[in-house]
Amino acid sequence: MAIIEQPLAIGTGRAPEVRSPLGVFARPTAKGGWRSWVTTVDHKKIGIMYGAAGLVFFLVGGIEALLIRIQLARPDGSLLSAETYNQIYTMHGVTMIFLVAMPLGAAFSNYFIPLQVGARDVAFPRLNAFSFWCFLVGGLFLSSSWIFGGGADGGWFAYAPNTGVAYSPGHGMDFYALGLQITGIASLVGAINLITTVLNMRTKGMSLMRMPVLTWMLLVTQFLLLFAIPVITVALFLLTFDRRFGANFFRVEAGADPLLWQHLFWIFGHPEVYVLVLPAFGIVSEIIPTFSRKPIFGYSFMVGSGIAIGFMGWGVWAHHMFVSGIGPLSVTAFSLSTMFIAVPTGVKILNWLATMWGGRLRFEVPMLYAIAVPAMFTIGGLSGVTHSVSPADTQQTDTYYIVAHFHYVVFGGIIMAFYGGFYFWWPKIFGYKLDSKLGKVNFWLQLIGMNMTFGPMHILGLQGMSRRIDHYSPGFGFEFWNLIVSIGAFIIALSVASFLVNVVLSTVRYKRGLIPPAGPDPWDARSLEWMTASPVPEHNFDEEIEVRGLDEFWHRKYGYDKDHKVVRIATGEEVAHKGDNKNVHLPSPSYWPLVVALGLPLIGYGLIFNLLLTIPGAILLLGGVYGWVMEPPDDPNKAHGHDDHDDPSPGLALASVGAEEVGNG
Amino acid sequence: MADVAVATHAPAEHAGDDGHGHGASTGISNTKLAMWLFLGSECLLFGGLISTYLLYKNRIAEGSIGPKDVFDIPFTSASSFVLLMSSLTMVLALSAIQRGDERANRVWLLTTAVLGSIFIGGQIYEFTGFYREGLGYTTNIFGSAFYTLTGFHGVHVSIGIIMLMSLFVRSYRGHLHQAQAETVEIIGLYWHFVDVVWIVIFTIVYLIP
Ligand code: HEM
Ligand SMILES: [Cu+2]
Repeated sequence: MAIIEQPLAIGTGRAPEVRSPLGVFARPTAKGGWRSWVTTVDHKKIGIMYGAAGLVFFLVGGIEALLIRIQLARPDGSLLSAETYNQIYTMHGVTMIFLVAMPLGAAFSNYFIPLQVGARDVAFPRLNAFSFWCFLVGGLFLSSSWIFGGGADGGWFAYAPNTGVAYSPGHGMDFYALGLQITGIASLVGAINLITTVLNMRTKGMSLMRMPVLTWMLLVTQFLLLFAIPVITVALFLLTFDRRFGANFFRVEAGADPLLWQHLFWIFGHPEVYVLVLPAFGIVSEIIPTFSRKPIFGYSFMVGSGIAIGFMGWGVWAHHMFVSGIGPLSVTAFSLSTMFIAVPTGVKILNWLATMWGGRLRFEVPMLYAIAVPAMFTIGGLSGVTHSVSPADTQQTDTYYIVAHFHYVVFGGIIMAFYGGFYFWWPKIFGYKLDSKLGKVNFWLQLIGMNMTFGPMHILGLQGMSRRIDHYSPGFGFEFWNLIVSIGAFIIALSVASFLVNVVLSTVRYKRGLIPPAGPDPWDARSLEWMTASPVPEHNFDEEIEVRGLDEFWHRKYGYDKDHKVVRIATGEEVAHKGDNKNVHLPSPSYWPLVVALGLPLIGYGLIFNLLLTIPGAILLLGGVYGWVMEPPDDPNKAHGHDDHDDPSPGLALASVGAEEVGNG
Repeated sequence: MADVAVATHAPAEHAGDDGHGHGASTGISNTKLAMWLFLGSECLLFGGLISTYLLYKNRIAEGSIGPKDVFDIPFTSASSFVLLMSSLTMVLALSAIQRGDERANRVWLLTTAVLGSIFIGGQIYEFTGFYREGLGYTTNIFGSAFYTLTGFHGVHVSIGIIMLMSLFVRSYRGHLHQAQAETVEIIGLYWHFVDVVWIVIFTIVYLIP
């Protein structure tokens, strides 16, 4: 980075070695403005961009949801045609899962994994930027289908042969297959990067069993992605080859088995559910102890149950296929395994309750969310257990009962937890708290809205209302609850609006000096990310932290008096680093991750519209990879044999700065 | 151009033994760990493709062209043997660079790449033959599954060849030394993996009826 590069370049008396005439091989140095975002390799900026992109897509998916609810508010709704309705609910599901819940999880992973393990950055900063750009271009590519003739219409799990050219002649499913392929690259690369970070970049003393629960849950998530993504990659390739090149994988008349797609999709799809929910569990596990002023109850059980979910998540996929004709033996086996997987989740919920039990609770906004999550998740989990009873599921499947179930999980469990996370970490990320009054409005509107929206869907489903229908006729008794559901959906919309208002208002107030800076430790928290200034300085920590136990930061603030009573020995302010160390070696920004990623959607468009377009795509891709490999390490002195610009552990970074100084003298 | 290359370091080139310990809590360097993780993920990719092939290979209509009609086991055995040998030369390349013998390293890297290319050449030859006999990609479900599986593997080998050749070029220009032996090792991991996958594919696709 500039701070270190320039003095060194002068100090060595050597001309900076690489300034090719075009300047493309030099590393960018912009410190502010949009350039610093486009070229950033800083895990925190990348995390923020993941979060912002996820929120924008949340608005898109939310508008789609509102369209659905307007259509269904009254019988014989006529806002959307049947074709459009198919596209809207499919794109709603796809957007919410792949472009909202996944990137929001990635936002928290990127921002907090390095901080919580005390590292300077992730293991491969440029690859990290590449992941984000892949996700973004993939999401935009997928959404651009609306301009190019309509969205995907095969449902979010896209069952074959419905998705073949014969039944889905538009380009929507092509966008689905290729778009998810691109976002899949993002997840896979991110998983490799973050697992390496957790396993390899922990600070001194940070053994695995001293890592915060959030980091643990995110680690399990990344392992799930690592092994689940390739499975859907295969499925999506087969679909693309069928649709674009006339292959026969899902053409039943050629002997294909439609169950192949279902198996591949759900072998990915069920672990995917845990990919979405484990970050949420992690967030809750950070918030509850902080606001209960107690360590998490049964830390090792918390971690163990997360790992157990990670393993068991692979053995239940066919519960999505009870009515697909997989045979009684399979149904029984998957029925049982599904019942068992409820156990580790139950363990977590009990542990959260036990953490709160006897704690001195503070009902701040993050805590409200963290309490709502287990409550809502329990409802979703219990209706989930009713699906595991396969005879009952035969009645429930493809009805609104299922829609109710998974929204209690995805909205009540996951989205609510992310909101809690926003309120909790906002001061850490931006330096000021969000307004707590508006936050409470936000919370209650959301809680009431979601129960009004998704609660009555249970009833509708049991009354027999199918999911994915674009209208219903009057006289089936569906009218009343559908209206309530639609009103609820608009209450959710209000709550989202109140969140956005809160963000804008709090930011403006902070800028005008009306609210004070939050300081490093506004909540009296426990893990390492609070042990540095807010907002977190670019280099994270001023010096390497040595960790001696779980909740290290908390133990530096509290001690025991002679009666073994907990007493405060220091404030967070005193313990936290000031964030003013200017000598930490930082990885340089780079253009290439973006360039490489930009090649991918071009190739996608090429495969759909005109193969010639793949040529510029491939040129960008290959040229980008070439530039990536050719670009100089961050500072000229690194050029001889010691290259750590993709390996910025704090200890190393400091050590190498020291080494340079010696070398230069 | 050469100037540019002086300052060039692929991310893979991370010297694990430079005395800083690199904060590698596992003792495995970041890049090597990343490669292992990637290969773990690849197992499921090929697992999915192989399962698809197994599911579909016998689902062709009566009289349609099938495995028995096209496979030339002796020919494919020979090209498989070539690929297998390339793993051996890869090991030799690595041990050369670990000893600091850059010339031998280059020779073995090149040999490995050439053996890989012979395999790919064989595959192209084989595919053209199949095509002439009437098995196109869209002909039937066996054709789709067969070409997709072996094609994916072929692409992996080709990427491996490109990586080997880049190593070769770098060594030739004098940028690949004993200290970077790990880069060779990591690309070697990939190469061995691709070979092992071929053994599995060869057994399942060609040998088991
Ligand atoms: C913002 C409030 C939301 C509302 C009002 C809402 C409403 C709905 C409705 C009514 C359906 C059923 C459409 C049909 O079957 O015809 C649906 C489907 C779905 N929703 Fe939501 N939803 C919301 C948020 C979410 C979130 C946050 C997620 C995931 C993270 C999500 C994921 C899905 C999925 C996967 C489907 C299934 C789509 C399909 O059948 O292929 N939704 N949503
Ligand atoms: Cu499932």
